[in-house]
Amino acid sequence: MPHDNHDHPHALLPPEPALRVKALETILTRKGLIDPAALDEIIDTYQNKIGPQNGARVVAKAWADPEFRQALLEDATPVVADLGYYGRQGEHMVVVENTPEQHNMVVCTLCSCYPWPLLGIPPGWYKSDSYRARAVREPRKVLAEFGVTLPKDTSVRVWDSTAEIRYLVLPMRPDGTDGLSEDELAALVSRDSMIGTGLPKVPS
Amino acid sequence: MTSCMTHSAPEPVFAEPWHAQLFAVTVALNESGRFAWPDWAGRFSETLKRNGLKKDLDGGDDYFHAWLETLEGLLAEKGEATPEDVLRLQSAWEDAYLATPHGHPVRLAET
Repeated sequence: MPHDNHDHPHALLPPEPALRVKALETILTRKGLIDPAALDEIIDTYQNKIGPQNGARVVAKAWADPEFRQALLEDATPVVADLGYYGRQGEHMVVVENTPEQHNMVVCTLCSCYPWPLLGIPPGWYKSDSYRARAVREPRKVLAEFGVTLPKDTSVRVWDSTAEIRYLVLPMRPDGTDGLSEDELAALVSRDSMIGTGLPKVPS
Repeated sequence: MTSCMTHSAPEPVFAEPWHAQLFAVTVALNESGRFAWPDWAGRFSETLKRNGLKKDLDGGDDYFHAWLETLEGLLAEKGEATPEDVLRLQSAWEDAYLATPHGHPVRLAET
């Protein structure tokens, strides 16, 4: 009988991997190795509190404040920690700056290392085999697929993240943004522009 | 509200509830010191490489299947969750779902 009506006599059975995760949770909770409340807190944090808005705030501040920008480029980890963004895995944060001469782009060929505190959980494409393999091999082609075409004399540098070092791209400040507040600047900074697969929005 | 038009629909942070649960279990175990993150990343990378030989991984469900496989392997190796225990609890959860009337909270019978 097809199982597609709404008259389930019993609770809807989750998919097989979900049951395996529940099994692990039960075992670990019973052994006192994890606390279900802590799991809820972690999910809530990554679903609702941490995301690209954090990175956008850092970028906007760097655009507005030259001293902050300098400190950020020299050693980003303590600078972003001052804003309350620090890695739960103790990783170092490195900020790489786009210039007319060099465009930066971030990948993790190892698995999916990503600056969680600044950008949250990576999008599906960042974790795909296709992006992980091709970003290094043919970055310009990948950029073109994201709709980014760079001037011929701009070189592309690809940064490969690790468990210990996570990169954030500092995009170039768009023209026509003089006099904008940090909040207004932050609204121009897209997630992809901080991975290097996009550019900031241009104010209308 | 023109700015809304320039945004595509936001992707959910986790496509499936079990992706989120699995992520949280792993982060919690790392934070309580059960394993170091570089150790995790190294093992996870191996699984992705192995699974990626069979097909191009899509970064979604494939990715979290590899994640789950890695965590199960790690916990089995450390003796914290043996494959037998996982199978037993998995089928206990399945039984619990099948025995619970629709709309009621699902609870595990004592095992």
